[in-house]
Amino acid sequence: MTHASTVTAKLAIPRTAAPPRASYWREVGKKLLRDKVTMACLGVLALMALVIVFAPLIAPYDPLQGSMARRLRPPGTPGHILGTDELGRDMLTRLMYGGRLSWFVGLTPVVVAALVGGALGITAGYAGGRLNMLIMRTTDVFYAFPSVLLAVAISGALGPGIGNAIVAMTMVFIPMMIRISETVTTSTRNLDYVEAARSTGASALTVVRIHVLPNVLGPIFVYATTLVSVSMILASGLSFIGLGVKPPEPEWGLMLNTLRTAIYTQPLLATLPGLCIFMTSICFNMASDGLRAAMDVKS
Amino acid sequence: MPDTLVKARQLKVRFVQNGSAINAVNGVDFDLNAGEVLCILGESGSGKSVTLRALMRLNPPSKTVMSGTLEVGGRDIIAATEDELETLRGPFVSMIFQEPMTALDPVFTIGHQISEAIVRHEGLSRRDAKLRAIELLEMVQVPSAKRRLSAYPHELSGGLRQRAMIAIALSCRPKLLLADEPTTALDASVQIQILTLLREIQQEMGMGMIFVTHDLGVAGEIADRIAVMYAGRFVEEGPVVEMMTAPLHPYSRGLLGATVREGSRGTRLTTIPGAPPDLRDLPDGCAFAPRCSEAQSPCLAALPDLRTPEPGRAARCIHVESRP
Amino acid sequence: MLQYTFRRVLYAIPIALAVSLVCFLLVHIAPGDPIDAILPPDASAETVAMVRKDYGLDKPLPIQFGLWLMHVVQGDFGRSIANRRLVSEELVSAAGKTFILASSAAGLGFVIGCVLGGLAAAFRGTWVDRLAVGFAVGGVSVPHYWLGMVLVIIFSVLLGWLPSIGAGPGDWAWNWAHIRHLILPAVTLSVIPAGLVTRTVRGVVVEILSQDFMTTLKGKGLNRARVMLHVVKNAAPSALAVMGLQLGYLMGGSILVETVFAWPGTGMMLNQAIFQRDIPMLQGATLVLAMIFVALNLIVDLIQTALDPRMRRT
Repeated sequence: MTHASTVTAKLAIPRTAAPPRASYWREVGKKLLRDKVTMACLGVLALMALVIVFAPLIAPYDPLQGSMARRLRPPGTPGHILGTDELGRDMLTRLMYGGRLSWFVGLTPVVVAALVGGALGITAGYAGGRLNMLIMRTTDVFYAFPSVLLAVAISGALGPGIGNAIVAMTMVFIPMMIRISETVTTSTRNLDYVEAARSTGASALTVVRIHVLPNVLGPIFVYATTLVSVSMILASGLSFIGLGVKPPEPEWGLMLNTLRTAIYTQPLLATLPGLCIFMTSICFNMASDGLRAAMDVKS
Repeated sequence: MPDTLVKARQLKVRFVQNGSAINAVNGVDFDLNAGEVLCILGESGSGKSVTLRALMRLNPPSKTVMSGTLEVGGRDIIAATEDELETLRGPFVSMIFQEPMTALDPVFTIGHQISEAIVRHEGLSRRDAKLRAIELLEMVQVPSAKRRLSAYPHELSGGLRQRAMIAIALSCRPKLLLADEPTTALDASVQIQILTLLREIQQEMGMGMIFVTHDLGVAGEIADRIAVMYAGRFVEEGPVVEMMTAPLHPYSRGLLGATVREGSRGTRLTTIPGAPPDLRDLPDGCAFAPRCSEAQSPCLAALPDLRTPEPGRAARCIHVESRP
Repeated sequence: MLQYTFRRVLYAIPIALAVSLVCFLLVHIAPGDPIDAILPPDASAETVAMVRKDYGLDKPLPIQFGLWLMHVVQGDFGRSIANRRLVSEELVSAAGKTFILASSAAGLGFVIGCVLGGLAAAFRGTWVDRLAVGFAVGGVSVPHYWLGMVLVIIFSVLLGWLPSIGAGPGDWAWNWAHIRHLILPAVTLSVIPAGLVTRTVRGVVVEILSQDFMTTLKGKGLNRARVMLHVVKNAAPSALAVMGLQLGYLMGGSILVETVFAWPGTGMMLNQAIFQRDIPMLQGATLVLAMIFVALNLIVDLIQTALDPRMRRT
């Protein structure tokens, strides 16, 4: 699901000879505001985030409380606008609450991997030499696994559970973040003015902080955003096959799984959680495409 | 077979994209006869390459708008169908490009790239086309031609690549050869070799040739006639010797002054002040007038018409007197 | 080229070793004693000691790894804890099924991707382009396990045209009775490679069409078909590389789709192994899939190098 070959294409290394300034970011912001598709996607994501955060305030029912008397009602039922699930729980409520875990399990690994992998990658890129060898060759090993297989195998070995799923997915994303950060850092390090700063005897930390970080954080951030969509699909996927979130907690992937039996009686209802995953994932994907386009200095 | 290979009258080429239009060529008139070499001289952005490509209709089709009259080999190029153009390109007219590295397909061998046009236009078998390709490479003086057939462009030096490019252009024995700054990307020593080669082959085959360059020295080396182009128009045209010794148009004189030549040692190089006009918004009058030291008010009012002070010479300048 | 091949193969060996180590260690990152997974909780101490010895679990880890590796190299993955069958036998049959599914999906995705990507590039900026790019984004964003369900609802439940689970009766054969089982899972799994190949091909072809040599080709009077040949040969290495890698990803990543369609491949096997805590099975399946991936990467790399004359000499 993640793709080494597109990695380099997704880089948005600034081609500037000096660290990007505030004016660069203003330019990026302006471009983003003009990009209607990206703004629409960000709008949808913001709305979803609001609903998820305020689910306890706005959800009409208790997400765990069902009634066997009103199981599998179709969407449009009075009182249950999106119907009820196989245990008679309100679908709208569960979708609202479900987003909390789906987003949490989807976003956390990317954030952690971006921090850990970014730090390791920048270190490897800046230090070069043996440390680089050690970090990058270890990364190669994890790259030798298809990402879904690695996630499934690790979380399978660790056993079901939210924490284990997050750990497994973080392990999958860290090598990707390392690789990207290392590439960007290495190319930045070789820029003339960074070389110049190093040659004047500035301490490594100073050079990294003043000259390297401003150049590499942008591309690393953009790359991390491209991973979010993959991560959301994978997170719900793990719950879907029974790793990750355990019942009766509401989570989109898990809900999709438990509703599979209902495809014969309530097909529309059964697909609703998947639709939520799809919406989230496509919005993140398109927003990250837009962000990358806006940050590409050349265009 | 008409003796006149090219006939252009009021040829205009505009590039239209996203609502804005660039007037690249703004009314060019000229004829070219068999066996003649015309050199189009001008700065970058003067429209010389666009004019050249227009002759084969090789400008990007989606945004190019052409008007006026343009006949190549008696065929109306502006109205021709894509099929008609395909039969013309290669056997009648072909082109050599500036940068042989990018103008050659990197994943096909030189041999394939030479012979594919032969197979396409003359219906030869692959094997016979290969033999012809070897002859062609020998003609353009590529050493160990046979071995080079299986070479890829990146395996050749710049000079050899340009020779291969010429071989491709000559593969179907065209009557008209167009050359778009073919020596600009090459080392000085290789430049001379390629120019000499082109001149020899042109005379041997009796081809007409249009050679585009910004280098006056190169133009003097190869041309029979020179046309100086500025802002999409021919501002002056005439035989090579007269053009080099006594140019009529102030712009041509400026170009001459800005070029290092034999005998120019000790004299001061002059430059033309200012920059070429914006092709999106051309002035009504002479496009060179804002940079011209001899400009007068009539220059700005209307475009000076073409004046012929003596047969075979012409210039668009009010200071030139037409003599019947 | 020969030297490059040699170097590349040589480099794959340490990777393969490290991959086996990771697969082996998977068991040991699992919480608790692996023996607990093998034996019922009320087993006697003698039985525990015996089984521990039997599985080599009484030796230090490096030795265990060495022994395991020696067996694995000989094709011996041990016996399944769940059903006592030979893991290798189960693996061969399951991997075959997964390969059928993954290669059909990759092939389908490749064809769709090349057509859409090529069209998008040829009609850049038009509605064709936007449609193709939209499809590509959708393809890489869709949770395919959900898409599988949707397809089942449409084609199995509502229309009743195609079966929703299994791989057909008995052994696999390329006849309609079996192929009809393949269609839905293969289509489901193909959207990811289709989306990615569309993106890649579009990008590559746009790049090729903007190259100077396209003008040279037109200037030679070549017709469209001939010019196409040049475009295809220039685009082929990138497109094939993406597809090759995708085949690897699909082999290892088909677990979700196999679960939806109860397709009896390695994914389903992995799924069962996880929930039955069948460690030899889990190790074996992971290792085989990862090795297939390593091998495919190697092959893709070599093919790509062979196809691009500029890379051949280095």
